[in-house]
Amino acid sequence: MGMTMTEKILARAGGKKRVSPGEIAVVEVETAVLIDLSFLPEGWREVLKVYDPEKVVIVFDHLVPAASVQAASCHKTGREFARKFGISRLHDVGLDQGISHAVVAERGYALPGTVLVNSDSHTCAAGAFNCAARGVGAPDLLWAITTGTAWFRVGETIRYDFTGSFSPGVTAKDLFLAIAGTYGAHVNQNIEYGGPGLKALSIDARRTLATMGAEFSAEFTIFEADEILIEYVRARNEKPFEPVSPDLDASYKERRAIDLGAILPLVALPDAVVNQSVPVSAVAGTRIDQAFIGSCANGTLEDLEIAARVVKGKKVARGTRFIVTPSTQAIYRAALKAGHVETLLEAGALVTPATCGACVGGHMGVLGPGEVCITASTRNFKGRMGDPSAKIFMASPATVAASAIAGKIAAAEEVFA
Amino acid sequence: MIAARVWKFGDNINTDLILPGPYLYRSPEEQARAVFEANRPGWVDQVKKGDAIVAGFNFGMGSSRPAARSLKNCGVGFLVAETINGLFFRNSVNFGLLALECPGVAAAFEEGDKALLSLSEWTLKNPRNGLVLAVSPVAAELLAIMQGGGIYPLMEEKGLIAPRS
Repeated sequence: MGMTMTEKILARAGGKKRVSPGEIAVVEVETAVLIDLSFLPEGWREVLKVYDPEKVVIVFDHLVPAASVQAASCHKTGREFARKFGISRLHDVGLDQGISHAVVAERGYALPGTVLVNSDSHTCAAGAFNCAARGVGAPDLLWAITTGTAWFRVGETIRYDFTGSFSPGVTAKDLFLAIAGTYGAHVNQNIEYGGPGLKALSIDARRTLATMGAEFSAEFTIFEADEILIEYVRARNEKPFEPVSPDLDASYKERRAIDLGAILPLVALPDAVVNQSVPVSAVAGTRIDQAFIGSCANGTLEDLEIAARVVKGKKVARGTRFIVTPSTQAIYRAALKAGHVETLLEAGALVTPATCGACVGGHMGVLGPGEVCITASTRNFKGRMGDPSAKIFMASPATVAASAIAGKIAAAEEVFA
Repeated sequence: MIAARVWKFGDNINTDLILPGPYLYRSPEEQARAVFEANRPGWVDQVKKGDAIVAGFNFGMGSSRPAARSLKNCGVGFLVAETINGLFFRNSVNFGLLALECPGVAAAFEEGDKALLSLSEWTLKNPRNGLVLAVSPVAAELLAIMQGGGIYPLMEEKGLIAPRS
């Protein structure tokens, strides 16, 4: 019996011939990413040894720039830790900062065929790069940076095979919502994506889908490596790497085929992400107070480009706030050069610095009691973005931008007709 | 055998309900006071040390935040759910919250029932209806950390981190 991609990476990193569902795999961690929340005083402890400073990355992302003394203290602790152990990959507030998963992507830190951990649930984002990346807790991160290892429960794998390509105006978020609406959660399971339709998915699209793996409650979310992916990483990281492919006789719990051409724009209803998807038309006309595009899932350059295209020459509805948060400062600069930032600002959007910000109910877009928001971000749990009585719908950046202009939930279809 | 009074919760109880975002930067004590404030206000005043939570599928879905620590600090003695989110399970191990999966548990217990947990037999009994369910065993290494107060004491013992000053 062959192995899935997840099993192959875990076996390789654990120095074993094979691993199988039900096992606990103890593996070498190639990349350990610390974020500002890793340095919260109750979780962080004085570290006495670092296994290998070259394997550590530090990115401040949840509250940037610091919105409170507590956040500033986390940043300070992180800087001091980086200095003490000579950690060069510190992405401090400024030029090369961003949401950790997006920084990992744009710097090519996630090497195909290796293991990466980060104490944020959306770490599976790096699965777009054929990397076994998993969100762990802050204590796991302390363990990983001091011992160079991590443990994982090996789960069963669901394989998705893509064919075709998206219709105009349909994006990876709609694909996610389609899978989430049909198949729901994937608790204790791995998700693997591949198939002939993979070539029609850009790296940004794959990142969105991989990031949303956390909302499937999946253990790992791993994409097959193709030339597009290998070129992308090679252009950013000089280190050698060896991607994995699934064995032809790999054992899957289930194999599911998805025709990308059949995906339509969808919206997730408030309070939960999975099993909540409805067509945009089912909720069109719902009045909104805020529209948000951002987070590790939807602050890519492609997301900003499509938002700018939808709002170009139009104005955000009176009474609606439109907040756009690029995932990294590099994306912000690229969007500025391409004219997207100007287009968004002219329409009446706020474009904030790169941070988790509103997605995590942190700052720069927190919702008040009873408010209604449509978001292109990671999560719409009750209370996620602010007051628990706020209602959060989730959709693609195109749908969110069209809704910002309308002041109510609206389809972006006419722009792409 | 561990005996506990049961508090019943549904499916997909997420981390943002257990540890709301606005409390992420607050002290663990303040965080423990905010548990379930959105879905079950006042519960933190009712739960007693050693009580059990019985829940449905995918308990603790969501974020990597230390939500397991908040439940422990509320006094929860153990948690048994149909399934537990993988990330929440890791945090349960690391913060020393006894968190177990047990198929059929949601239907077998009602709020206020007594639950009798045996970790030698890997069973959970409801004396009210006589049902005895099989609890999915946790790997010995992980159970030892879970019951030994979490990963921090182990890291101190190994000289990886300094004891709390």
